[in-house]
Amino acid sequence: MADLQNISATSQAPPIVSLRDVRKSFGQVKVLDGVSFDVARGEVVCIIGPSGAGKSTLIRCINALIPIDSGSILVDGIEVHAPKLDLLALRRKVGIVFQQYNLFPHRTALQNIMMAPITVLKQNKEEVAARARMLLKKVRLEGKEDFYPAELSGGQQQRVAIARSLAMKPEVMLFDEVTAALDPETKKEVLLTVRDLSREGMTCILVTHEMAFAREVANQIYFTDRGIIVEHGPPSTFFTQAKDPRTREFLSQIL
Amino acid sequence: MDVLHRAPAFTFDAFGNGSSSDQPPRSLSLAWPLLMAVLLATMFFGLTDNGFAQAAVAPKRTIIEVLWRWAPLLLWGFCFNLVISAGAMAVGTGVGLFLGLAQMSRTRPVRVMANVITEIFRNSPWLVLLFACVLLLPFQIRIFGLVIPFPDWAKAIVGFSLPIMANVGEVVRGAVLSIPTGQWESAESLGYTRTQAYLHVILPQCIKRMLPPWMNLYSLVTMSTVNASVVGVSEMITLTAQANAAEGSRPELLAPFYAFDLVCFFLYCYPIGKWTEYLERKYQVKI
Repeated sequence: MADLQNISATSQAPPIVSLRDVRKSFGQVKVLDGVSFDVARGEVVCIIGPSGAGKSTLIRCINALIPIDSGSILVDGIEVHAPKLDLLALRRKVGIVFQQYNLFPHRTALQNIMMAPITVLKQNKEEVAARARMLLKKVRLEGKEDFYPAELSGGQQQRVAIARSLAMKPEVMLFDEVTAALDPETKKEVLLTVRDLSREGMTCILVTHEMAFAREVANQIYFTDRGIIVEHGPPSTFFTQAKDPRTREFLSQIL
Repeated sequence: MDVLHRAPAFTFDAFGNGSSSDQPPRSLSLAWPLLMAVLLATMFFGLTDNGFAQAAVAPKRTIIEVLWRWAPLLLWGFCFNLVISAGAMAVGTGVGLFLGLAQMSRTRPVRVMANVITEIFRNSPWLVLLFACVLLLPFQIRIFGLVIPFPDWAKAIVGFSLPIMANVGEVVRGAVLSIPTGQWESAESLGYTRTQAYLHVILPQCIKRMLPPWMNLYSLVTMSTVNASVVGVSEMITLTAQANAAEGSRPELLAPFYAFDLVCFFLYCYPIGKWTEYLERKYQVKI
């Protein structure tokens, strides 16, 4: 394994997330109709596309919040679509941040970050508290430890949510339209936090409508529509040399 | 006439002092004129009637004297109502919590069972359930030679706890379902098991939502405990009937006696109702 990584330092390393022909239907509606892609360790992948394209479903399938019908999702060696899936092992590896923050409203910012490591991983409370304070500092929310979610702005809540996910020391972070509910000012704070994370080498999969941000941080951009990946490529070529008419239409509306 | 005016005031004062411990709400003052009117009317009716019945034989006490004489016993009976209501509420809430959670179980048989039980007890008359318990439960239970007596009031607690259980189950279910799914998604993706998510994320948020309907239910239960008189538990209404009989079953005493009971229940339940309203406003879900 070490040899392999040495030989091919970046692009040839085994992917940390690998999807193969993933299919999912809700009733008659095919939400994912055969999606395949790989994400290398440390890579930042942006998934874009019109609403209803199955982006949120796709990202939720990766950490088994939504079970898939067929296909294979491998996350760092764990097959997500397996009958005897070790859920906890998977979820320790994959952190997710939602559009609506979903912080626990009855707990303070610091407690929100500390809860899972203490409850789920039974880690030492003092150590967790120290780490939680560090994480709050990392997302630039020092001094907000004892604030309840309702007392924080949307952007601050979202950054607490990011810190809460990081407290589980994930290998992959999923971001589901994390700035969609924010105004331009607070959006920036959150995007900066995500950018810092990606620069530290965190593997990130983002569903986003922030094209400028995608262009800046992404290694790969996937355009999805009606449950399939229509087109993909690095931002340098994706935005300027899109071939598929659907991609072009979408980009012309958004850019 | 002088007596007339002093009489209700006296009764109210005596009671007002007694119940001052359970924090009288501000708006209680609104209820006083109404209460005064009710009691004055009954007293007046009783006294005039009394005047006409002067010819009767036994040494007759005035209504005030009768109430004063029997108030301690009636209040003791009222305490019994409170004990039954509290006991039934405790048992019903404990079991109802699990019943409510079972209704949302992922295991189909558990879910179906819980739903059937809930529907049965939620849609049966309380009095019928009470009768069933009092008549069907044994008066004592024998376990390995140990005899546990099972008096009527204990049976009444069981009888009342059944409908409470079903109603609390619904309250719990409603509260849990009102928690946004995002909370479940968050908890799940952080590695919580279902039980951990319930204990640390969902139920703590439910308590606020459950409190107002739960208190409302308690108030209803307290008022329903008078049904226990039908099956002979010596609670307030049973004792009232007995006191009335001891006073020679004078028809003019009926109204004052039961008015006294009514006032007791009102003074106990009204503040709970007001407090519930206040909590409802306070905990109103903000989006």
